[in-house]
Amino acid sequence: MNWIRQKIDQIKEPFEPGNKLEKYRPAVNALDTFLFVPDHTTKKGAHIRDAVDLKRTMITVVLALIPALIFGMWNAGYQHYTQLGENPAFLEAFLHGAYKIVPMIVVSYAVGLGLEFAFAIMRGHEVNEGYLVTGLLIPMIMPVDIPLWMVALSVIFAVLIGKEAFGGTGMNILNPALTARAFAFFAYPTYMSGNKIWVSEASNVDSISGETILGSLAANKEVGYNAAEMFTGIIPGSIAETSTLCIVAGALILILTKVGSWRIILSGILGAAAMGLLLNALPSMGVEGNGLTNFPWYNHLIVGGFAFGIVFMATDPVSAAQTMKGKWIYGALIGLTAILIRTLNPAYPEGIMLSILLLNVFAPTIDHYVIEGNIKKRKKRLETKTVKTA
Amino acid sequence: MDLINLFVKSIFIENMIFAYFLGMCSYLAVSKTVKTAVGLGLAVIFVLLITVPVNYLLDNYLLQAGALSWLGSEFASVDLSFLSFIMFIAVIASMVQLVEMVVEKFAPALYGSLGIFLPLIAVNCAILGGSLFMQQKDFSGIEGAAVYGLGSGIGWFLAILAIAAIREKIAYSNVPAPLKGLGITFIITGLMAIGFMSFMGIKL
Repeated sequence: MNWIRQKIDQIKEPFEPGNKLEKYRPAVNALDTFLFVPDHTTKKGAHIRDAVDLKRTMITVVLALIPALIFGMWNAGYQHYTQLGENPAFLEAFLHGAYKIVPMIVVSYAVGLGLEFAFAIMRGHEVNEGYLVTGLLIPMIMPVDIPLWMVALSVIFAVLIGKEAFGGTGMNILNPALTARAFAFFAYPTYMSGNKIWVSEASNVDSISGETILGSLAANKEVGYNAAEMFTGIIPGSIAETSTLCIVAGALILILTKVGSWRIILSGILGAAAMGLLLNALPSMGVEGNGLTNFPWYNHLIVGGFAFGIVFMATDPVSAAQTMKGKWIYGALIGLTAILIRTLNPAYPEGIMLSILLLNVFAPTIDHYVIEGNIKKRKKRLETKTVKTA
Repeated sequence: MDLINLFVKSIFIENMIFAYFLGMCSYLAVSKTVKTAVGLGLAVIFVLLITVPVNYLLDNYLLQAGALSWLGSEFASVDLSFLSFIMFIAVIASMVQLVEMVVEKFAPALYGSLGIFLPLIAVNCAILGGSLFMQQKDFSGIEGAAVYGLGSGIGWFLAILAIAAIREKIAYSNVPAPLKGLGITFIITGLMAIGFMSFMGIKL
């Protein structure tokens, strides 16, 4: 350990203030803090420092993402082989998925971190760890067959416009990973939606019908999967969104470590369930529903990207509502609009991406009015108190 | 049911800011704080709510081809629709005058902070846009026009409210110097429009 420390100090030497490579200091510091716990001390203001800093928070989220990622790799291969009529071994399927997905992760990290480093050097601030999560999330929510250059371009858009334009980690208004997906979704719709893109290498094989469940519901077709398959996630879809089981595992990690807000997750599920129940009740109110509105509400929770979005995207501490009461409202509205877009909007079979982006836009407004309300309440309390004492 | 559909549609799907990018000048200029944004938003709602139905009546009983037939059969061939811009603007300007007087009398602080942008509602593209869209949409009755005006106003209000809250939030963000102020506001508006894409394509 000591030896590594000494080596790093040696490497850092020319980058210290006053030496000629001082400009590139953030880049070396990022490497240093990646390997060692930084020895920052507070110089002014509050002197309380917690062990849970940005780095540990982000690594916790990465850990929580691992089950879904591994399952996603296996499922990508499994869908590929079973649709071709073969019965793959676990390792074979996993390797096929890894062969597809690892390059996406590498591209996402290389491009995104390259931009982060460039901005840190140009603007003279330290490199933040925020991109570790974003860079892993972006490939996880893409279809498996998307060309790598599209991943790179989406990452560039998300990091430049969605994040660095606002000043970097912690300042953005929209979730960067979803910004990347929305960019790809609207810029290259043929690669982001349809029937052929959800199964690896399906586009040249006619016999494959790799429709997602929501896609076939929107087209008024029968769904060939049962609830257990939907829950474990052996279904076509974006890479890591299919397995509600693995996402629940990730959610438990986030909630137990208090990194993700359980309020948002719970209220999101409640909101979606309420909307689903309402839509299921349409036939009894005399309105004829379609395949999507008649889809049982509990199934709405376990198909598509809903679970992934509400656990990993909606809880993003930067772009979510910040106040306690605000989080309840924010989560519930995400759930409501996600199911609403799913069922009402024929343009999009899945609504969770846009509903989270929409509520990201309105999160500051929700916070503003929650705070205003609190101020009013306390003023009133103060008034009644002073009246009593007087 | 049709009216409810129209109402929802004019707020979300055909949002004045995020679908048509109308009324941007005051939207960008007066969105620094939530309080003034709410003031201006309410003024816009009120003006749209009044002017769209009034212009609907003008359009149907004065301006359109054949609209004057209620005067007698010799007027049935008169087409005054080339006057519609100037008539609509006149109605809007007089409405804005009224709002300005009311705000000055009852909320002088708000009047001060809105400054020149209150009288400039008269040339707010969203307002004239509301009347012109109304002309295009051919509502069958005045209640359609009123609902459309109200909905468009609420849509504009929501947009300016959301961006004002965001701008209050990013006041402490380390935005690169060239983007400070209007630059970042344009970027925010674009990103917000992505959020509003949720509603594009919904058929009501």
